[in-house]
Amino acid sequence: MRSSASVLFIAFSYLALLFVIAAWGDRRAEQRRSLVNSPTIYSLSIAVYCTAWTFYGSVGRAATTGPSFLLIYLGPTLAMLCGWMLIRKMIRVARAQRITSIADFISARYGKSGGIGALVALIAIIAIMPYIALQLKAITVSYGILTQYPAQDLPQLSLSGFLQDKAFWVALVLSVFIILFGTRHLDASERHEGMVTAIAFESLVKLFAFLAVGIFATFYLYAGPDDLLEQASAQLPHLQQRFGVDQVPGGALGWFGTLVLALLAFITLPRQFQVLVVENVNEQHLRRACWLFPLYLLLINIFVIPIALAGLLGGGATGEPDNFVLTLPLSAGLDWLPLIVFIGGLSAATSMMIVETIALSTMVSNQLVMPMLIRLRSLHLDQRQDLSGWLLGIRRIAIILILILGYLYHALIGDAYSLVTIGLVSFAAAAQFAPSLLLGLYWKGASRNGAAAGMIAGTLIWSWTLLIPGFALSGWLDTGFVNHGPMGISWLRPYALFGLEGWDIYTHSLFWSLLANVGLLVSLSLFSRQSSLEQTQAVLFTTALRPEAAQAAIWQGHASRYELFKLLSRYLGDRVSVQLMGNKRPTPEDDSPATPEMIAAAEHGLTGALGSATARILINSVVRGEALEVSSILSILDTTSQALEYNRRLEQKSKELARIGEELRGANERLRELDRLKDEFVAMVSHELRTPLTSIRAFAEILRDANQIPEDKRAHFLGIIVLESERLSRLIEEILDMARLESGRMTLHPVPCELTELIHRSIDAVSRLNEERGITPRLVLLPPPCPVVADPDRLQQVLINLLGNANKFADDSNPEVLLTLTSDGQRYRLSVEDNGPGIAEQEQEKVFEKFHQLERAQEPRSHSTPANRPRGTGLGLPISRGIVNHLGGKLWVEKGQRLGGACFVLELPIADGEHSSSN
Amino acid sequence: MKTPEQSRLLALSLLGLLLFSPPLLLLFDRPGSHGFSLLAAIIFVIWALLILAAALILERSNEE
Repeated sequence: MRSSASVLFIAFSYLALLFVIAAWGDRRAEQRRSLVNSPTIYSLSIAVYCTAWTFYGSVGRAATTGPSFLLIYLGPTLAMLCGWMLIRKMIRVARAQRITSIADFISARYGKSGGIGALVALIAIIAIMPYIALQLKAITVSYGILTQYPAQDLPQLSLSGFLQDKAFWVALVLSVFIILFGTRHLDASERHEGMVTAIAFESLVKLFAFLAVGIFATFYLYAGPDDLLEQASAQLPHLQQRFGVDQVPGGALGWFGTLVLALLAFITLPRQFQVLVVENVNEQHLRRACWLFPLYLLLINIFVIPIALAGLLGGGATGEPDNFVLTLPLSAGLDWLPLIVFIGGLSAATSMMIVETIALSTMVSNQLVMPMLIRLRSLHLDQRQDLSGWLLGIRRIAIILILILGYLYHALIGDAYSLVTIGLVSFAAAAQFAPSLLLGLYWKGASRNGAAAGMIAGTLIWSWTLLIPGFALSGWLDTGFVNHGPMGISWLRPYALFGLEGWDIYTHSLFWSLLANVGLLVSLSLFSRQSSLEQTQAVLFTTALRPEAAQAAIWQGHASRYELFKLLSRYLGDRVSVQLMGNKRPTPEDDSPATPEMIAAAEHGLTGALGSATARILINSVVRGEALEVSSILSILDTTSQALEYNRRLEQKSKELARIGEELRGANERLRELDRLKDEFVAMVSHELRTPLTSIRAFAEILRDANQIPEDKRAHFLGIIVLESERLSRLIEEILDMARLESGRMTLHPVPCELTELIHRSIDAVSRLNEERGITPRLVLLPPPCPVVADPDRLQQVLINLLGNANKFADDSNPEVLLTLTSDGQRYRLSVEDNGPGIAEQEQEKVFEKFHQLERAQEPRSHSTPANRPRGTGLGLPISRGIVNHLGGKLWVEKGQRLGGACFVLELPIADGEHSSSN
Repeated sequence: MKTPEQSRLLALSLLGLLLFSPPLLLLFDRPGSHGFSLLAAIIFVIWALLILAAALILERSNEE
């Protein structure tokens, strides 16, 4: 069963099975019945974390350093416990920005910087290459043991014998697998569903294989864990007190350091980023994975100590601790179980290599090669029609190169390292991404310069404190500098930097490298200025979990549809490009501008294939104008809304001003009118005053100069003088009244009085005028008492004025005047109506303006008013209204209902009982 | 800003970190059966309890 041929057959059959499963997964994805759309598959794919290092190395580590192997799994457990916040945030960002690798992620966070992306990709290659070599070594060693057992001399690795080395052929088959399932199409999302399906399957295989060995060791070789412990304590007396903290290198501090190391590396290892973030189909899957994956880790570790104890008890038959998993069933003479274990180890190794190589090749092509090629103008890449082939070609070459490099590493120096050492060295390098990644996710201020300096410094310290001494201890370099420091400078000793001694090498290296990394990142960020793109990205990354963080880059620029399409099809191929352009293929003549959504979709598509930095450069090459990022849009919106606000206020103000202006214009208009009227009034008044004065003076002079004037003539003249003087004094009295009314100095003496009596008295007062015109006023009055509170003299003045007007304007041929007194229970209403021409509606208010009255007074004159009729001063109505208002009543004019002329209505409140009783 | 679920998970993570690091860790390091340290067994128990708690928190709010 364990002949070379059969083992090889089984191994390659297993790889063939992976092909079938991956092809099935891809087929299902194409049929839209995706297999990976399940939280369980997602959780299992994360278990790519458990590599051959876990499979073989955990037991070896447990046998030598006690419980420290657990740390490698407790770290990820802690990371997954807060994964619902941390990893979900990364998934959100990656989805929104179409991020396809950790290099892309960190580069996008720091302003889509190409430099940062290249740096991360380089560090990742340096850090991960030994790790890939480790997997190949595990395959070679396990194959050797399986076929050679009980001989345990490990196969000598050398380049010359690579054709005999099965690891070489495995690497070859894997490269074919990865090229087939990792670079089949340039999908914008860069998901590899077939690959993920295969990885999940492999996770099940390795768990099953490991549990099988564990159950075999615990329950078949021994009668359960208790028996195992008892025998171990009896037969291995030097094992007393084992599996305690004191066995961990570096003690409690070393324990803590390794815990942190594993926690950070779990998040930052490129393959973990690939399965955790890039291959995640649905954010909600993380919910299950956050506890299912730790459970997987717990299960795969639960038999580590029993296997280690059983292996130690096996003595010479089980050999090296790293191989216990395989040698234990072999030593028991089993046939099938060792094969299962071998397949389990193979699956652990291949799954890691597949994912890691895809992740690294994506980084190499997107962060290193493409940006370089695009910048190289001599290649004239920008004139080529189809670059999608190029991109895939670069990826495929990168995959082959990475695996060849890994193989070379394995063949040349693989012997010198134990599995555990290589694994932790890689972890420590990957942990250098953690400050930039984690601080970048939670601290807006983290800047590009800080991140770059931090990562460079951290990586340099890592190589000085772990990588280079490792080479030295492998026999490649003189080990003198490890013990005494370079050129005898003792504080530069790699394992005791600055004299820090007594720590285990990993905690020591992690401490110094992270100290430098975080220190530089924070201090440079505090003292450098971020570009606007960096600020935007920082905000997008740190606020990714907030619901309002809808992320869309909006482009304010112009590009024709055809240009954009040409660019897309060069990199993404025809089919995808047509899809991105809204399922319409633009023709070369089409120079209609691409919509901002199209440009954004194009950037997304290119970012998926090429990384954000490169995509930005390419889009900038066809889009004329500026790419607007959310923050600048926000600031524009801000400015716009401010402008709108100002605008609104201005509008309000100008409306107000216009209103005030209108008022002012009205007021001015009125003032001008008043001024004009006043002028006219003054002219009129002086005319009115002069007329009587002139006649008084003229008659007085006649009386003085002419001596022989008949007596009767003289008496006539004197009569005229008296009449005119009366008129003059009446005029002056009215002007004074007016002045008093206007200045508010008019004093009234309201007393209770009888309205009907006042009416009669007023009619009597104008009886002479009425008689002249032959008018007999008709009276329709209420029976007394009609008590009002009024100044009787003033009220009578009003009534006389109204009667006088009625008299004046009543029809010439058949004058009529009608007085009506009514009451509505609250007030009395007295209307004085004539049968004259009436007052036009628009004039009805104006008659109460003091100067209009003057104008109106002229009208009848043009109607040849009889000269002997006494003319009004034109102040009567305004004075009347003033008085009535003072008395709490109202005075207005309306169209006469019965006689058809003007009808003046006077309204006065009825005096209440108290007044009437006191009356 | 943070939902109760997120606060619970954060607290659980911190509790895990606390239990898995010194000095509490050193308390678990006592000799148990046949002279072997109880540390690993206790860690496995804590580990399982943490997973159980996380599962309860995450799956329950999933149904809500």
